[in-house]
Amino acid sequence: MGEINLREAITRGLTEALDTDERVFLMGEDIGSYQGPYAVTKGLLEKYGNERIRDTPISEGVVVGAAVGAAMAGLRPIVEIMTINFLLLAMDMVVNHAAKLRYMSNGQIQVPMVIRTVTGGGAQLGATHSQSLEGWFASVPGLKVAVPSDPYDALGLLRTAVADEDPVIFAEHARLYQLRGDVPDDYYAIPFGQAKVKRAGDDVTVVAYSRGVHTALEAAAILEKKGVEAEVIDLRTLRPLDTATVLASVEKTNRVIVVDEAWRSGGFGAEIASMIQEGAFDSLDGPVGRVAGLDVPAPYNGTLEASALPDAARIVSTIEEIYGI
Amino acid sequence: MDLDNSQVVQLYEKMLLIRRFEEQSGRLYMQGKINGFLHLYIGEEAIAVGAIPSLRDDDYIITHYRDHGHALARGVHPNLIMAELMGKVTGTSGGKGGSMHIFDVSRGFMGGHAIVGGQMPLAAGLALAIKYRGEDRAVLCAFGDGAVNEGSFHETMNLASLWKLPIVFLLENNLYGMGTHIERTRAGGKDIYLNADAYKIPAAQIDGMDVVAVRDSFTEALERVRAGEGPVFLEAMTYRFVGHSLQDPEAYRESDEIDQWRIRDPINTFREAALVDGLIDDVQITRIGERVDAAIAEAVAFAEQSDEPGPEALFENVES
Repeated sequence: MGEINLREAITRGLTEALDTDERVFLMGEDIGSYQGPYAVTKGLLEKYGNERIRDTPISEGVVVGAAVGAAMAGLRPIVEIMTINFLLLAMDMVVNHAAKLRYMSNGQIQVPMVIRTVTGGGAQLGATHSQSLEGWFASVPGLKVAVPSDPYDALGLLRTAVADEDPVIFAEHARLYQLRGDVPDDYYAIPFGQAKVKRAGDDVTVVAYSRGVHTALEAAAILEKKGVEAEVIDLRTLRPLDTATVLASVEKTNRVIVVDEAWRSGGFGAEIASMIQEGAFDSLDGPVGRVAGLDVPAPYNGTLEASALPDAARIVSTIEEIYGI
Repeated sequence: MDLDNSQVVQLYEKMLLIRRFEEQSGRLYMQGKINGFLHLYIGEEAIAVGAIPSLRDDDYIITHYRDHGHALARGVHPNLIMAELMGKVTGTSGGKGGSMHIFDVSRGFMGGHAIVGGQMPLAAGLALAIKYRGEDRAVLCAFGDGAVNEGSFHETMNLASLWKLPIVFLLENNLYGMGTHIERTRAGGKDIYLNADAYKIPAAQIDGMDVVAVRDSFTEALERVRAGEGPVFLEAMTYRFVGHSLQDPEAYRESDEIDQWRIRDPINTFREAALVDGLIDDVQITRIGERVDAAIAEAVAFAEQSDEPGPEALFENVES
């Protein structure tokens, strides 16, 4: 057992995959000689060479498409797309191709690939570099979407992603790379579709993922001082979605808030809220609460940007407003 | 023609098989037995038949949505393609792919792809896998003139050349991207092969109505690609004798233009030239016609007698 940060956990997962499976190679912009835009691939080029650590042109469509093609031919590419905002340039390759080929070929083709990308706002990068789009991908049959919140989950989920026979969007939150946590030396993997109860409580359920989990835990600490025990659930993957863990918690607490950094309108939080009211309507003491990103493009100004993102105070006040606790 | 009798028979029979298959598909569409979109390859047969038989069994083919001709040229059984067109469980994709998405991975036939230009980045990936493993296999990437204004075309050309990927880019230039003429959509007009120069890819424009010309050029291109010299670009000039799809009223082109191209029908011209050269005779031609008609009739009967996929198929193969 040792404490490492989330960036190191990902690097460890990548190194392990490269060491154990010759079909695995990495492809992306500046992952090699530049050492990775977020330094996740630091040192890998020197260790594995430029066939397996492949610097690409800034050409997201063909980079993702070439990974799809290589996966069709039996390799297991791991692509890094610098941020999820740039993944929009490869949307056709992800949605129309990677996600469809198994079905359209009736199982003749498999696309075992991982697209690692960086999501989230809050770093004053402006409207085109601060989006949380993972929920869009989570609505596409044929894709899987992993959204780790700490180093332990990052490594465990990455292992599962690399071993999966389908395309996986692996969204790493930009503001979690420095987060430290214990990671065992012994091998473990975290199956997709298994949420984790990060904090137990009987009074209200807070459903979150990625950085939102930490916002939720902050809120839970505030609530605790007020005598309210919140149960915080980390979804860990958006697709597949662990509905059972969420519903069981709501049946216990009768109150629930969904936290999502993405825009409120049509955000994935709406899907979770809908799932809860369908599955646990009779258990609810009130409407499913939502704390989401506000419906604005991310402003550059730090104060304005922070006001558009979920924070602990907003989670607490939303719980108080809806449930009167 | 520098061919022997058996080569002439093979080329002629394959082209005729595609022509009759497509004609029959069109009739079945009109009868409501084939649905959705149906894009016929009629007029363009010389390209698939000129190129594809030169490939090795372990090479890959990836193509666009006008894909029946390529699949047939690769030897995918007409029964399976016809069953797919009719949405039957015996089809190449169990009835879940449709006309635009024919796959036969056992033959390296990596799909019909229906997003214009979408197959091109995938071709780069197939070729990258070949290179990664140090093999001498090749990828045939077929696409239409409509694809060349897509970003995926340019991104793929750049990457393929940069990484010296083993791809023969085979452009089937039928002059129309759906219903709009190339002169109205591309700066530089119809001579698309000139574009390859910008990416340092050797390129040539060839007569896509001449099966022997396609065969010769493609074989040469394939040798270069297999030798590790990087991609080659071939622009085959052609024409589709029928509409873009069966839903196309063809208001955008004159019948004179179609008539002019029909004079150059790749099947008729090849047959007549072979007859003149004494490389085939009328008896053989008649027999080929009978064989092809029997194969088409068998395909239709097979497809019609096949079952629809059951409800259990709906969620199969969405994910692993």
